[in-house]
Amino acid sequence: MAELWTGYVWPVVIIIAEIIAIVLPLLIGVAYLTYAERKVIGAIQLRKGPNTVGPFGLLQPMADGAKLFFKEIIIPQGASKGVFLLAPMMTFTLALIAWAVIPVNAGWVLSNINVGVLYLFAISSLGVYGIIMAGWASNSKYAFLGGLRSAAQMVSYEVSIGFVMISILLCVGSLNLSDVVHAQEKGVWFIIPHFPMFIVFYISGLAETNRSPFDLPEGESELVAGYMVEYSGMPFALFFLGEYANMFLMSGTITTLFLGGWLPPIAVAPFTWVPGIIWFALKVCVLLFGFLWIRATMPRYRYDQLMRLGWKVFLPLSLVWLVLTAGVLEVFGLVPN
Amino acid sequence: MAETQLKAFNVNFGPMHPSAHGVLRLVLEMSGEVVERCDPHIGLLHRGTEKLIEQKTYMQAVPYLDRMDYTSSINNEHPFVMAVEKLLGIEVPPRAQYMRVLWDELGRINHHLLNTGANAMDVGAMTPILYLFEQRERIWEFAERVSGSRMHTAFYRVGGVAFDMPAGLAEDIVAWTHTFEKVVEDIEGLLLNNRIWKQRMVDIGVITAEQALDWGLAGPQLRASGVAWDLRKSQPYAAYADMDFDIPVGKNGDCYDRYLIHLVEMHESCKIIRQAIAKMPGGPVRVDNRKVSPPPRAEMKNSMEALIHHFKLFSEGYRVPAGESYSAIEGPKGELAVYLVSDGTNKPYRCKIRPPAFVNLQALDMMSKGHMLADIVANIGTIDLVFGEVDR
Repeated sequence: MAELWTGYVWPVVIIIAEIIAIVLPLLIGVAYLTYAERKVIGAIQLRKGPNTVGPFGLLQPMADGAKLFFKEIIIPQGASKGVFLLAPMMTFTLALIAWAVIPVNAGWVLSNINVGVLYLFAISSLGVYGIIMAGWASNSKYAFLGGLRSAAQMVSYEVSIGFVMISILLCVGSLNLSDVVHAQEKGVWFIIPHFPMFIVFYISGLAETNRSPFDLPEGESELVAGYMVEYSGMPFALFFLGEYANMFLMSGTITTLFLGGWLPPIAVAPFTWVPGIIWFALKVCVLLFGFLWIRATMPRYRYDQLMRLGWKVFLPLSLVWLVLTAGVLEVFGLVPN
Repeated sequence: MAETQLKAFNVNFGPMHPSAHGVLRLVLEMSGEVVERCDPHIGLLHRGTEKLIEQKTYMQAVPYLDRMDYTSSINNEHPFVMAVEKLLGIEVPPRAQYMRVLWDELGRINHHLLNTGANAMDVGAMTPILYLFEQRERIWEFAERVSGSRMHTAFYRVGGVAFDMPAGLAEDIVAWTHTFEKVVEDIEGLLLNNRIWKQRMVDIGVITAEQALDWGLAGPQLRASGVAWDLRKSQPYAAYADMDFDIPVGKNGDCYDRYLIHLVEMHESCKIIRQAIAKMPGGPVRVDNRKVSPPPRAEMKNSMEALIHHFKLFSEGYRVPAGESYSAIEGPKGELAVYLVSDGTNKPYRCKIRPPAFVNLQALDMMSKGHMLADIVANIGTIDLVFGEVDR
């Protein structure tokens, strides 16, 4: 009995507690990212943003959540009901489960697996299914076009994201994300040697999360709301939250790969007193602010231009950089063992 | 192998669509993302303006014209009052002429602001429209100060304008034009050399000069194609003959050129506004003909004649000699004209309006063929559609 307790039950309890410890702050973060987006874009556009619900409008995300929760879920006639409802769940779940491998502090990671990068890559690739399923199951032309666009877009940018990741991994010599950060602890943050790839990765990240200027799958002015056009109530909320959770995920990934994860900028006294998770959160916030800033500034790409950028600019660039990295590491004998 | 007929993918774009600019409904025949044919359906905002005008006296007709192009209401009144003045054969006092120039140009700016902002928003840049709406608000405030109404001013009257400008307004407008030009420069900073913006606009929806003339386009759409045609220069009306301004002319006739023309015209309008205010003479703002223009309130207290005039003008209106007249102005979107037929009574027999947006819309299919869905949106944005005017 004791063995059952220590061997099976207790670990499960611990894992569930850990999952809650990750997901709960994440969801609160997502809720307040929507608030921050409206505030930041409002400030850029000479508006106030939400300011009536609660002090400084801080309860606005709760009010929005409650509103969407009580809305009717409309399923269009001719929609494939199962797939239609599965799609938002899938998007949302995938945006959350990727956090299992992201280290938010030294040793603070749910599952410290040795194929962390691969896992992350796999999960983010799966994200496209939620959107394709939604686009197809809605049985609507706008949703269909949005789903198609999104599939093409995410697959295209995944390729260059993959190559950028490989360049990083060559310098680390491990697929474990904690090792990626530790490698930056010894040397410099990868943003310095890999700066062009940081830019490529960030832009690809925008495309991967369907954010402006790559928000074609939603393409408000062309496709109304793209793949989510038929969704209402909670399924819509799941898509919406999924998109923002994906932004968090992408920022977390960039932080881990390029910005030294939980590491302080300089490893000297005042900076090292601050816990690693604060640094991690700060870096994520800076990247997220970039997402919002770009959204308020940039017009939207056209579909073919987006494909051209992905395949004709980013792919060759990241490929050349990969070869260059490998060459430099080999010539100067820097290959990690 | 059996032959199969591939059917075009039909998309119903609008009338409830975020970038349909009101109630435009397009039936798009698409092959994938490429538009093969684009068929505009109109009439969803038809209110029968022309017919309604036939039921009203000449003075009562003016507010209906405001409701046509609600982005620049005041300009719509101009061709109508000009047409009536032509039939009546009255001369408008010079101060009123200058005021009409001033408010026409403010209206033009008001329209171009909305057009540029909405166009940018359709292409995905959401910030410019909010910057520009702040400026539109200023214009509405000026309109309110002069006419008492923000949007639907009903300010032009046959024989002049309704009121003189209140003290201080002219100075405020001049001061505003300077700050306004800085805002336009801000927008230029956001868009002009923005790579994404250029990729979306350059070489999209090209109209050659020949095509533009064939389709009867006028205004910014024609000038973007390289034809320097502007009624303010070619047949100056009101006080435009005294104004010194340039006509921007495009080169390629694509969306980017049309966008640039709108921007440059705003600067030119500011120039005209400053000149109009500087050169504005004193004197009355309405013709001194009591058969057309109502007497001042004070006069009515003492003069029986004035009281009778007032009563007649606000009940029966004035009779306009039989005949017909066509008068056109350079509206914000192109040639805005009214063709008026009078049968000698107090109501127009026929009032045909030439709305530039209606003409521009006809060219949409021609310019959109073979472009992608996203380009349709850019095209709609640059050909200045306002549905109050298209449908009337």
